[in-house]
Amino acid sequence: MFDARPQHNEYLRHRAQQFRSQVERRLNGSLTEDEFRPLRLMNGVYLQLHAYMLRVAIPYGTISPDQMRTLALLAEKWDKGYGHWTTRQNIQFNWPKLIDIPDMLDALAEVGLHAIQTSGNTIRNVTTDAYAGAAADEVADPRPYGELIRQWSTDHAEYQFLPRKFKIAITGSEKDRAVIAAHDIGLRLRRDDQGAIGYQVWIGGGLGRTPMLGQVVREFLPEADLLPYLEAIIAVYNLSGRRDNKYKARLKITVAERGLEVMRQEIEAEFLNRRAAFTGVDQDYLAALKGLFAAPAFREADEGDYSARRADHPAFRSWTDTNLAAHKAPGYVSVKVTFKAPGQTPGDASAEQMRLLADLAERYGHSDLRISHDQNVVLPHVHKSDLFALYQELRGAGLATANAGLISDIVACPGMDYCALATARSIPIAQEIADHFRARDLEEDIGRIDIRISGCINACGHHHLGHIGILGLDRAGVENYQITLGGDGYDIPAIGQRPGAGFPAEEVVGAIDRIIDTYLELRESPEERFIDAYRRVGVAPFKAALYAADA
Amino acid sequence: MSKGFTPSPATPAVITANDLRQGHCVWMRDGGWTDDPREAQLFEDEAIAELALLEAMAQGTLVVGPYLAEARRGPDGRPEPAHFREAFRRRGPSNYFHGKQADLGSSEFEANNV
Ligand code: HEM
Ligand code: SF4
Repeated sequence: MFDARPQHNEYLRHRAQQFRSQVERRLNGSLTEDEFRPLRLMNGVYLQLHAYMLRVAIPYGTISPDQMRTLALLAEKWDKGYGHWTTRQNIQFNWPKLIDIPDMLDALAEVGLHAIQTSGNTIRNVTTDAYAGAAADEVADPRPYGELIRQWSTDHAEYQFLPRKFKIAITGSEKDRAVIAAHDIGLRLRRDDQGAIGYQVWIGGGLGRTPMLGQVVREFLPEADLLPYLEAIIAVYNLSGRRDNKYKARLKITVAERGLEVMRQEIEAEFLNRRAAFTGVDQDYLAALKGLFAAPAFREADEGDYSARRADHPAFRSWTDTNLAAHKAPGYVSVKVTFKAPGQTPGDASAEQMRLLADLAERYGHSDLRISHDQNVVLPHVHKSDLFALYQELRGAGLATANAGLISDIVACPGMDYCALATARSIPIAQEIADHFRARDLEEDIGRIDIRISGCINACGHHHLGHIGILGLDRAGVENYQITLGGDGYDIPAIGQRPGAGFPAEEVVGAIDRIIDTYLELRESPEERFIDAYRRVGVAPFKAALYAADA
Repeated sequence: MSKGFTPSPATPAVITANDLRQGHCVWMRDGGWTDDPREAQLFEDEAIAELALLEAMAQGTLVVGPYLAEARRGPDGRPEPAHFREAFRRRGPSNYFHGKQADLGSSEFEANNV
């Protein structure tokens, strides 16, 4: 598996040391909070409701067992025993003390991890498909490109003071599992008629206060032109992005205000200039990275007792029905381990769970682990003959919930329970909805559905992309929840629409229940997913069910 | 939101901030800082509160971001939060028994402040 350590450790140690000295100067008063805040944000340190928060990047979601054990160590030694997976393939620690964070950064540096550029107006963690390098339908592994982008953009002087944060996602398959349409730049790997690799390039997507889907600015960009083209996009944005108003400073607003055509012309012109400066070193480097991301030595073996076990164990069978994804190598699957067990805070992982996953990845998963942007963990390469043993070990740790993609696999941001920007809670709403549908024993019958919750308009929980989205608001000092319907981050990108007024906290579950009952009644078959039924019939029946009493 | 709030006898306020070193919530009492929200000083006079806030802001090596938060006088005369955001800051998250509710830990605190 790819290991960035040899190149990076020295630099990461240096950065941690630099931050240690900044903390010292803050504590002795030689830096004011106003001077210190941008410095701590450059190192992923926020101040939240109850404590500091440290956001650690997991580059393109890929993490090794020993890195996972370091996250467990951080959780145990400097936090309250757990961390929170985020929708951008990061992990957040909710309880560190400022005085401990330099030690945490040192520990991360030892295994090549860091919190650099996990905040601030710069290029954030490059995200990708959690099944990268494994998916059966993959054109090419997106991670070498992600690593190239990471190394090019990290500490790149031109990108330390962009108008606003900047997010890049890359998917290696025609089927988008990286929500490229909701990023400042989205890249989809493709092959041309001759079979050469290139990228479909999207720009101007983003959620938050003004959600927008990206648009295709280039249908096919040849492989070698990636960095000059990205540089061109960001150079144009750096010049024309609004700096007068932080809410209008994202690339999506620049694209919307100036128009895709104007942007395209400027980008193409800038691209011609920039490309001349690229000597090909980046391509040599990319070739080397591809070698480092080479697939593990897959085993050639039969399935063992896999089918027999499935026949004997209904619980194992339903877990394999929901939590597995097709793999490119014969006999293999990718396994999604959901962190959405009953009563669990969506995306929270305890130190013990992290350690167990590290062990299991070594034993059954070619030492590879991924953080998915639905706040779960993927073991990308598991041979079918090992599945039952893996399942039993996961079950022992409460990690074998058979709910990947089902109604209790809810994405939720920290909301008002932790976040200083929140206007309402998200976690308890997610828990109540999951509990409710488990109690009704409807989860399997409802099938694939995506519920996403954010505690404020910043949309960290990606609520706009939920088939059912929930946005927590403050209405005159009371938590109120706005529902959106029809969002989709994967198949046909769509921003959910509001059917009407929001609901007080105690009415949210009832509202979701009415939406689900309406769906169960009007679907043409159990195979017709909620989102497909919604697209077929439109909002009207759901609106009627939601607001029946008002009619 | 409770930030930027103007206190009066009908709508008193506390001054609250985060501790610089630890990050946890603290409340002003007699010009110093307490971890215990029940010990916070209640301000009912705008001018006195503004002065105290200036004093708090001058303590930048102890606390971060002090502000006036609307509060109520509880049955025992002690301050209680007027907004649910302040209730969470005072108590801790609702998904775990963490933060102030665990640090201060009495069942009385739980019962009075949810
Ligand atoms: C609790 C600490 C957090 C803070 C202070 C925070 C802050 C913010 C802010 C200010 C924005 C809006 C930025 C903009 O649109 O320009 C934002 C957006 C976002 N954040 Fe967070 N966030 C936090 C936690 C999280 C978590 C836990 C997740 C994932 C679960 C997350 C993922 C995202 C995503 C995906 C967006 C949408 C960005 C976009 O496409 O426009 N953040 N966050
Ligand atoms: S959506 Fe709002 S409440 Fe949720 S984590 Fe983001 S900023 Fe905080």
